[in-house]
Amino acid sequence: MKALVFERNLPRFAASRVASVFGSGRGAGIGPLQLLDALPPEVPGSDWFHLRPLLSGICGSDLATLDGRSSRYFEDIVSFPFVPGHEVVGVLDDGGVDYAGTVLAPGTRAIIEPVLGCAPRHIVPPCPQCGSGHYGLCGNIAFGEISPGLQTGFCAGTGGGWSAAGLVAHRSQLHTVPDGFSDEDAVIVEPTACAVHAALSGDIQPGDTVAVVGAGTLGLATIAALHHLIRPATSCTVLAGAKHPHQRRVAEAMGADTVVPPDQLARAVRRQAGSLVLAGRLTGGADVVFDCVGSSESLTQALAMVRPRGRVVVVGMPAKVSVDLAPLWHRELTLVGAYAYGTESTTGPGGEPRRTFELAIDLVTQAGLGSLVSAAYPLDRYEEALVHAGAAGRRGAVKVVFDLRNRKGHNR
Amino acid sequence: MSPRPGFVLEVDRSTPPTLYWHGERFRMERLPEGSRVIYAPEPLDPLTDPSAAIRHALRHPLGDKDPLPALLHPGMKLTIAFDDISLPLPPMERPDIRQLVIEQVLDMAAEAGVDDVELIVALALHRRMTEPELRHALGDRIYDAFAPNGLLTQHDAEDPDALVHLGLTDQGEDVEINKRAAESDLLVYVNINLVAMDGGHKSVATGLASYKSLRHHHNPQTMQQSRSFMDQHKSELHSANWRMGKLIADSGVNVFQIETNLNNDAFPPAFNFLQKREWEWGVKDRLAYLGASKALDRTPAKYARQIFHSVKAPHRMTSVQAGEVEAVHAVTTDNVWKQQGVVVEGQTDILSMGLPYISPYNVNSILNPILVACLGLGYFFNMYRGKPLVREGGVVIMSHPTPWEFNPVHHPSYIDFFEQVLSETTDPIEIAKGFEESFATDPWYIHLYRTGHAYHGVHPFYMWYWCAHALQHLGAVIIVGGDPAAVHRLGFRVASTMADALEMASDIVGTSPTLTHIHTPPIFMSDVQ
Repeated sequence: MKALVFERNLPRFAASRVASVFGSGRGAGIGPLQLLDALPPEVPGSDWFHLRPLLSGICGSDLATLDGRSSRYFEDIVSFPFVPGHEVVGVLDDGGVDYAGTVLAPGTRAIIEPVLGCAPRHIVPPCPQCGSGHYGLCGNIAFGEISPGLQTGFCAGTGGGWSAAGLVAHRSQLHTVPDGFSDEDAVIVEPTACAVHAALSGDIQPGDTVAVVGAGTLGLATIAALHHLIRPATSCTVLAGAKHPHQRRVAEAMGADTVVPPDQLARAVRRQAGSLVLAGRLTGGADVVFDCVGSSESLTQALAMVRPRGRVVVVGMPAKVSVDLAPLWHRELTLVGAYAYGTESTTGPGGEPRRTFELAIDLVTQAGLGSLVSAAYPLDRYEEALVHAGAAGRRGAVKVVFDLRNRKGHNR
Repeated sequence: MSPRPGFVLEVDRSTPPTLYWHGERFRMERLPEGSRVIYAPEPLDPLTDPSAAIRHALRHPLGDKDPLPALLHPGMKLTIAFDDISLPLPPMERPDIRQLVIEQVLDMAAEAGVDDVELIVALALHRRMTEPELRHALGDRIYDAFAPNGLLTQHDAEDPDALVHLGLTDQGEDVEINKRAAESDLLVYVNINLVAMDGGHKSVATGLASYKSLRHHHNPQTMQQSRSFMDQHKSELHSANWRMGKLIADSGVNVFQIETNLNNDAFPPAFNFLQKREWEWGVKDRLAYLGASKALDRTPAKYARQIFHSVKAPHRMTSVQAGEVEAVHAVTTDNVWKQQGVVVEGQTDILSMGLPYISPYNVNSILNPILVACLGLGYFFNMYRGKPLVREGGVVIMSHPTPWEFNPVHHPSYIDFFEQVLSETTDPIEIAKGFEESFATDPWYIHLYRTGHAYHGVHPFYMWYWCAHALQHLGAVIIVGGDPAAVHRLGFRVASTMADALEMASDIVGTSPTLTHIHTPPIFMSDVQ
């Protein structure tokens, strides 16, 4: 069976990086990613499951890795060769019991929470972060019984979603797909969880003005999270910058109060906040800005439109960026990262803290986020799929996925 | 030979193509047979001795007003207010009329021993003038005598300490004007009356007013009830200003009004072809047109704009009158009509117009899309008396590139208005209700208006309200050669050629419509019978 395998190969890295100058994903055919015959990965232990992917998303971080734009920071927390794909909905080959104690029958559809923290690595006692439910911040992601890898899809031992041969997942990583959920709903849960975690990291207060920079999958899901999870308690105003017309339409549908092209966002924030302008930045500005892009430009823009003592939440995966931090120092800004997910302070009906994925599953239903899946490709058309994903905004798409259900690809 | 009056041409097979302004370019269009082209009257003869005429006017005032020298005495407080950069268009060659008039007022004040004299630019909510612009309007001698000592100021409609509330009109309208002007023993107002709307009580009641006062008549309802605002007797805009003017007079503000008429000689000899009727073009005119047109086609818009904004008009003064506001204004308005009036029989289905690079609100700046709309639908559409040139439900076709381009120094709130307000609605009443106050009170716009060279935050709203009568009246607006995104944001349709525009218009006015083209420059007023 076929799988897309990412190998450590410097000439191919270089070729891919050069090709990416012509557009993200353009290096698929000449880069370190290859479609190879593969066997299902070995199950590392009795509490692991083998899973056959149905849909697996192409994420911005996948494209950055493929394009050679990822930070070298990640070098020691991935292991080669790996099969990418961390946004995965699949079917369990065997039965078992998930993290919550639910009995799972063979053939059950499950979503993977891909972080490979202490539990999958059988590290006891867990690190303080995992111990407190913040699996995304696990300190042991390069240690334990499986290969280094911050997530499934970046780990040589687990496989990844871009594989017809399947992958393995620890019981702590499995979430049963709710009844009535389509595969598209399910595959969008992972990026939605990132957005939920980001929105909850914003420390948004009643009446706040919030700006969202970027309207790809993460940006749109962040807007939905703000609208459904934050606004009811805060009545915050959400402004969003979206480059393409379909992104603007979706951003409005997701609940943004004002949606404008990115170059107009600072002016819209200024109007909303009633701010003055000094040296190209707002004297007042948004209380919280979510940077869902992670580039030098987006961070610079975020820092220029946030109020003094405001908060910039970095949601999109950055690499090495060049940003003038003088305003951060002078205006006492808070710059925080929002990576992945874990357990949130939001509580369930019994007062128990809820996992981000649970909140994300609810949000996908509330906001209809499955509709963000715009195109699906079979694995053998991976070059086309990656180019499409790299130009998703321009081509009127949001989320592009691989369809491993033995169907031909489709565009929605 | 005396100047010829205006003329309405009926296009036939022998009619040459008609010249259209197209921003910083020109277009030649062959109009359908049977179309009408309206040409302005030729420039009236100027006064042979303008200085003597000014002196005479100041010493022989109209209405119930003493001669200016009799109103001047030692120890008094004298304020001279004058029209800002928005007049005349294009800016006139030196010496500017304001300089000629104010020099004589100052001479008389000096002879009378008046020491306390201040000059105020009556800019209302327009942008502040730059030093070169002020020097051009006043001359170096006046500028150097007053500006360094702080005696030449620009009206600040947002300075609470520089405003005084004189009361409410019988219709409950606030009258709040410049404090120095209101508290002077004599306020001399120097007008340049380019169009019939200018002057009268509007000079002080608008030019020296605050937003609190202006909002009572600068609103969509007033504009929809001004048919047109170029016709004082059918203009609610004027009625409101006249009510305010009466209150200003009743409050004891002693206004000595000076109004001046210009002929319509708007462009220097190199552009003579612009103001000529095409069938009368000689070889020189044809060569001048070809040369200018080809050169402009090869010049980037930015540089073409600079070239045109450097053009100074050879306007000459045709009359000057001074004294009591209403008596003066009646004569001035008659004179405007003498220069600009053209009798036109009946309305048309389609009104076409070529829009130039300049309007009152973009001197030395960019004619942004909102100003394009205002120039066409606010100004040109309203240049009528009786009834609009185009019938109700008819179509206006404008020719202008309409780039999505703004001058961020002069028009910062226009950018936000265009991006945020027009993207939600183009209905002037909805816009007024939903957005006006927040723009008018936005501290950033206020800061830029007071300290920079920005139009007030509310100004783009006024430009849109200026279009309110046309928007209510018309079936469609089409812009030939406009930037599609910008034109659509305005709520109009875009056509690449005049033929396409006529085809699009046929959906509204049928396949055999009547078409009338207003041939500018120069501007004129249609007396539609």
